[in-house]
Amino acid sequence: MPILTITELHEKLKAGTVTCVQMVEHYLSRIKAQNESLNAFITISEEYAYEKAKAYDRIIADNPNAFSEFPLIGVVVSIKDLYLTRGIRTTAASNVLSDFIPQYSATVVQRLEHAGAIVIGKTNCDAWAHGASGENSDFGASRNPWNTEYVPGGSSSGSAIAVASDMSLVAMGTDTGGSIRQPASFTNLVGLKPTYGAVPRYGVIAMASSLDSMGHFTHTVEDSETLFSVTRGIDERDSTVKNVTYEPFDTSKTIKIGIPKEYFSEGLDPEVEKVVRAAAEVFKKMGIELVDISLPHTKYAISVYYIVQPAEVSSNLGRYDGVRYGNGRECFGAEAKRRIMLGTYVLSSGYYDAYYGKAMKVRSRIITDFKEAFSSVDAILAPVSPTTAFKLGQKANDPLQMYLADIYTVAANLAGIPGLAIPGGFASNGLPIGFQLLGNHFSESILFELGKRYQKVTDWHTKQPK
Amino acid sequence: MKYTPIIGLEVHIEQNTNSKMFCGCSAEHFLVKANTHVCPVCLGLPGALPYANEKAIENTIKLGLAFTCRIAEFSKFDRKHYFYPDLPKSYQISQYDLPFCAEGTFNSIRIRRIHLEEDTAKLQHTTVDGKKVSLVDFNRSGVPLIEMVTEPDFHDAESVDVFLKEVQMVVRYLGISTADMEKGSMRLEANISVAPGELPITELPSYKVELKNINSFRFLKKALEAEIKRQTEALERGERLIQETRGFDEKTGKTISQRVKEEASDYRYFPEPDLPPIVIEKTDIEAIRHNMPEFPAAKRARFAEEYQLNNEFIEVLVSEKSKADYFEEGVELGKKVGLSPKFIANALVNLKLSENMDVAAFIKKLYEETKVAYATHEETERAIHAVLVANEDAVAKYKNGKVEIVGFLIGQTQKELKGKGDPKLLPQLITSQLQKK
Amino acid sequence: MHMSLTHDETVHIAKLAKLPLTSEEVDHYAEQLSPIVDYFNELSEVDVDGVEGTSQTTGLIDVLRPDEVDDTRYIPNEEALGQAKITHNGYFSVPPILSKDN
Repeated sequence: MPILTITELHEKLKAGTVTCVQMVEHYLSRIKAQNESLNAFITISEEYAYEKAKAYDRIIADNPNAFSEFPLIGVVVSIKDLYLTRGIRTTAASNVLSDFIPQYSATVVQRLEHAGAIVIGKTNCDAWAHGASGENSDFGASRNPWNTEYVPGGSSSGSAIAVASDMSLVAMGTDTGGSIRQPASFTNLVGLKPTYGAVPRYGVIAMASSLDSMGHFTHTVEDSETLFSVTRGIDERDSTVKNVTYEPFDTSKTIKIGIPKEYFSEGLDPEVEKVVRAAAEVFKKMGIELVDISLPHTKYAISVYYIVQPAEVSSNLGRYDGVRYGNGRECFGAEAKRRIMLGTYVLSSGYYDAYYGKAMKVRSRIITDFKEAFSSVDAILAPVSPTTAFKLGQKANDPLQMYLADIYTVAANLAGIPGLAIPGGFASNGLPIGFQLLGNHFSESILFELGKRYQKVTDWHTKQPK
Repeated sequence: MKYTPIIGLEVHIEQNTNSKMFCGCSAEHFLVKANTHVCPVCLGLPGALPYANEKAIENTIKLGLAFTCRIAEFSKFDRKHYFYPDLPKSYQISQYDLPFCAEGTFNSIRIRRIHLEEDTAKLQHTTVDGKKVSLVDFNRSGVPLIEMVTEPDFHDAESVDVFLKEVQMVVRYLGISTADMEKGSMRLEANISVAPGELPITELPSYKVELKNINSFRFLKKALEAEIKRQTEALERGERLIQETRGFDEKTGKTISQRVKEEASDYRYFPEPDLPPIVIEKTDIEAIRHNMPEFPAAKRARFAEEYQLNNEFIEVLVSEKSKADYFEEGVELGKKVGLSPKFIANALVNLKLSENMDVAAFIKKLYEETKVAYATHEETERAIHAVLVANEDAVAKYKNGKVEIVGFLIGQTQKELKGKGDPKLLPQLITSQLQKK
Repeated sequence: MHMSLTHDETVHIAKLAKLPLTSEEVDHYAEQLSPIVDYFNELSEVDVDGVEGTSQTTGLIDVLRPDEVDDTRYIPNEEALGQAKITHNGYFSVPPILSKDN
């Protein structure tokens, strides 16, 4: 049985039944065996990981406070190739940055490393985070370890695969429109999209500046919480992070969960609906009150998202001109070009008011929807994706169809609220189905509490692909 | 047919803050080795984020207050998009519809807006290995830059020149920039068209010529004069003038076309998502206003009234705030030892005795010199004698009872003694010589 | 077929975005983007009278730093230039520029 939690890892490290070096060796052998077929990693930092592992084994041996000083000591982490890692190639899965070696590391990477985590490699993703399947990578599509004919989801595809198939213990991703929650749901993992403004974005290749959330994949909600406690908090390099005190959850509080009617409309796969309703029952059995709520502007979220996000994308990708780093703009892939063009169009003279200006206003309406909902409930339970994982190539030719599948995830990014995807069951074809809990800004503690309670009475998250 | 020039100005002022606008790199770049004051932010590396410099905003508000602008209660930054090698992110963080300052006036010129943005990198055009290239230095990239735009309220080159010199002085008074044309910390652009008829012009011409890449007040004045001439003559010949950018050729004294603009650029402005907006309370503005120095115009008026100085002296003393402060400190100290403001002003302006001396030392020296420098008794008597000989009718007037004439004779004697007569002794000495006549 | 994005408009956008596209690519993207742009028309159904647009969700204001030099983030010249294809004597080098497009 692979080690699935930080707690188990630390127990074994303390007991001496395993060393950090052995953990690295274990994951490297898993990578060597599987990466060819799954294509989860773009760069493997083998020597780097060994050096760190050796250093941490020494610390564990010499320092009695090692585990309190380094809360992630020995935790092998794979990092989505959007996070800059100094000295380790960072590509955004694009030919534009195929040989870019960053001169600095992202704040989140620094925090993980200061806490004792060991970076084992940079994971594949849809190039520039543009996608929800993992098929848009210039380094080749990646595959779902539960069934390699199927997509792992995206855009944080490689990170999800790495954790799901025991190639690292945890992994970092980004969620701009669902890019952590959806692959988590497709690969039987816990995926956290933190509140926008909780975790610093400095050093992560920007997709949509007002939507990007820095989150992670773990097997358990407990580990998700541990990782969040390390990555969150203000950064003197990022002026969009809010200084928030995260109070531990008051377990005496009664919780209400809202079920949004607009999220259970036609287009939702009955197998997915079954999993989400079953999760609702689990919460109900715990004594949590379920409340029907409405998020009336749900259907407009896709239009708003696909105006705002490409607009910010077109702006953020302007710096890639091949002069100071990387290759020329002719190296952008098709999806990147599509989004840059779309974004440029909606910002252009004569169109700004009708598109971007209008979208900003409808965004306010979507935010008000959630504000009103959270005045009567503490969390919202919803599906993550209208379907289970689909086959590679199935949606490749219709961008609009691909975009429409983001319907349940994008609203949270537009509102800046947190979302936690949790394994909730399996489809008849054996592919995992997750559900998500959404909360008000900076209410991660409520989501973690609900998730932990759920995982106490269910065991979906312990299942492993063959 | 009379034609009236319509001229507006765009002035860029590079601030002298310690650090850059959106990162902690030193804002120093003049004569600094290329690409050494750089970081992920000002280099536009992937993943970099801006963090705004508080002082740079304060300086911008100061300038706005100096020009009686309305200061925005709510302001923000916007992204201005275009591709150019000196712009690392391919957008400049600037301000679009909510600038920090708007709608001010200065010397009867309306100031449309004053906003804050980041400076671009520096480009150097050269040849390397026989090939033409442009070399890019990002030391200047990200330095805080103030942009001030006036309404087209100028109608001749001279008033532009006077205005710019005053702006330069005010900026230096505020201490927010060296405002040096040669170093590029003050940059000018003018737009000029010529309209038929006399003031007031009710309909602005359909074209504008932009004058750019002119790096001195003198050349701008010449360029404007040349343009007024060129445009007026063209219109008189019945020609149509086009929208274009022109530079100034110092050798020929004429302007030359640099670029014809077919269409306006589409900058695709949108609010900068990486920088929270700025709320400016009235108390913030008052605090900033409280810390502002007295401006040249007010100082000039006060010096004239308080110290009775002539315009020549005033211009010199007011030209730099440090000179004016030095003078006034000197006046305070000089009071104690009977040195008049005029005397001190004269010493500062004409005799340049104050070089490298602190005020107290300067006043002390001045006092000593005036004491010692009195003419001897013998010299004085000789001078008085010479004056009386040269002014027989004055002597006669005195004998006729016009005792006030002594005042005139004191003046003449001081002239003779080159100002070194002891004013306490002269009246008595002159009177006694007069009485002996 | 009516296309919301014409060939010429698409050429213009590609130019604004500095994306080198062949004529076939232009047509291809015009064809793919038009239905997406059409889809956006549903926003006209939403009443936004008196609604302020949202561009940031944190509600933060006045996030400013003191005017101090921070030399901990300097990238040394060689490293700054290290990722560029063409450099010269401590400078980045680009083909000669004729005029600024602004």
